[in-house]
Amino acid sequence: MSRYLRFRKRTSVSALRRVMTPVISVLAALAFCALFLALMGHEPIAVYGKMISTVGSTGGLSRSIEAGIPLMLTGLAVTFGYRMNLNNIGADGQYALGALLCAGFALFGPVMPPVFKILCMFVIAMLGGALAALIAAFPKAQWGVNETILTMMLNYVFLYAMDYLVYGPWKEPGQMVAQTKAIKEKYWLPDLGSTGVSSVLVIVLLIAVLMYLFHTKTKWGYKMEVIRQNPRAAQYAGMSVRTATLLTLCMSGAIAGLAGFAQVAGILHRVQANLPDGAGYTGIVIAFLAGLNPLVVPLVGFFFGALQISSVAVQLTGVPSQVSTMIQGSIMLFVVAGEFFNRYEFAGVKSKERA
Amino acid sequence: MSTALLISIISTAVVYAATVLYAAVGEIFSQRAGVMNLGLEGIMLMGAVSGYMVAVYQQNLFLAMCVVILVGAALGLVFSFLTVTMQADQTVCGMAMLTFGTGLSGFLGKSVAGVNADLAFEPIPIPVLSRIPVLGPSLFSQNILVYLIYLIIPLSMIYIYKTRAGMILRALGENPAALDSAGYNVYALRYAYVIFGSIMTAVGGAVVSLAYTNFWSDGMTSGKGWIAVALVVFSAWNPLTATFGAMLFGAISIIGIDVQTLFPSVPSQVFAALPYIATIIVLIFTTGNFGGRRSSAPAALTIPYDREKR
Repeated sequence: MSRYLRFRKRTSVSALRRVMTPVISVLAALAFCALFLALMGHEPIAVYGKMISTVGSTGGLSRSIEAGIPLMLTGLAVTFGYRMNLNNIGADGQYALGALLCAGFALFGPVMPPVFKILCMFVIAMLGGALAALIAAFPKAQWGVNETILTMMLNYVFLYAMDYLVYGPWKEPGQMVAQTKAIKEKYWLPDLGSTGVSSVLVIVLLIAVLMYLFHTKTKWGYKMEVIRQNPRAAQYAGMSVRTATLLTLCMSGAIAGLAGFAQVAGILHRVQANLPDGAGYTGIVIAFLAGLNPLVVPLVGFFFGALQISSVAVQLTGVPSQVSTMIQGSIMLFVVAGEFFNRYEFAGVKSKERA
Repeated sequence: MSTALLISIISTAVVYAATVLYAAVGEIFSQRAGVMNLGLEGIMLMGAVSGYMVAVYQQNLFLAMCVVILVGAALGLVFSFLTVTMQADQTVCGMAMLTFGTGLSGFLGKSVAGVNADLAFEPIPIPVLSRIPVLGPSLFSQNILVYLIYLIIPLSMIYIYKTRAGMILRALGENPAALDSAGYNVYALRYAYVIFGSIMTAVGGAVVSLAYTNFWSDGMTSGKGWIAVALVVFSAWNPLTATFGAMLFGAISIIGIDVQTLFPSVPSQVFAALPYIATIIVLIFTTGNFGGRRSSAPAALTIPYDREKR
């Protein structure tokens, strides 16, 4: 005789459960990471306490927001693609090309009144990201080539291009670090009052709201939803899936390219080696955790930015900085696994007679 | 070109190929079963770090490989639970695995970073064969993990294309519903292949830390997991083609350094990016739909199997 647990499929999921499951999953992930912290001889509670107090400290909050801004943008970029079932995992490369073209224009482009110059930088970063995405979007739309692998391979192409420029011709002379010169201060976006947070945050939040409205209120957003659910039906209804694929992926790339603009115009004011630092991959995690809701993406992006900032602080107490990546990954795994409890419910312990 | 240089190029290419081939062959099995695991890099790092830690603390390579296999199996179990049972998006799960593996390996590895294990898989020259000019020293004076991959490649070819189990595997990625109707357990089979793929990937990581570089540093597989993904596509899901691809990629990355002295005006990054560009072109030609020709990708790849939607 053996006993085993039984689960049955839920017919409906309450709103409370929908909200609580991810929250509990995140807590479970933190508990799981605490195990590893303890295993390596650290005090989990002290480490988490230090991380929280870092984010709460003066300066900690604004640094968390600034670390979160590129992540919010890559998160929004991925969200936009996913709304039509397109996997853009090339946000890293699109971010890189956006940043390169934007910084190139800022450093070597014509002298202009600052407002126009910054506007041009904005557009150029978007075009850069869109161009990087187009290389994958065209074969996808035209011949149905898997966009996941295409965008991923392109990451390396653009990251190596970035490497070449910041270690080579664009390298700031007399510097040990591989980075370009800072762009002229008159082309910097101002900070928001005395908060120390770049006003680029406002642009990010605006994009999030616009994307939400686009998806919920416009004809185009509706079309994307139809195509997502049933591309064949959409085709019969006279929608061009091909054009929509091309435009959606390019738009997704353009938003990722804006992460480059945010860094160059708003935060770092230059390009440095490996600037994206996996933001494109984290963006996928963020988009998923936000439930593909553009309004939630900035919140999750902030949370991941805070994780990065706080992990730098605990590093001073001897905890490896990789703790933040570990926590990010665990949260992700636990949230996906936690979905189980939204879908199934416990149906008691049954015993099974064996003949 | 001097013989010594040729030997060194081939032999480095072989070792490089071995590191990526474990992961690539594992992923071929996983993808042929219909599950795309993009978290290879993370799993490789976990394999590399766990093997190296056991080598440092226990001074036992056999035990190290056992732990690596267990770690690979555990990660594969998690991945298959998420993608097969939970039917979650495979790209998202891959990224989660990538992030988790990278973070956890870096975190755990801090204690052995820069520590010398004084223990590694040493080259074992095979009698007679190792005395063949050029090919002997480059192919047959390798460590046991490289020899093992020499066996795995033909065996996996026979398995996939010549056995009944291989036929079932191919059906798993092409038409799982048909397999289900024929009485096979699609879920169990996918679990098995994903776990197998993950074990192979973890072993590939251990090849890097225990036979290739003999140290641990954070993120040390430096994109080899992605190269493995590229190889799977590049080879059109064929282990033998993947082997040639891996040798080619390995040669490019090594020859790149020499060729650079010949063409100083070409930046080294161009050579580094070549494997990826080659994969993009091959991917377009092998899987693109040009007027009715069938793509070589498994038809059910990335599509979770749901019995109730049959």
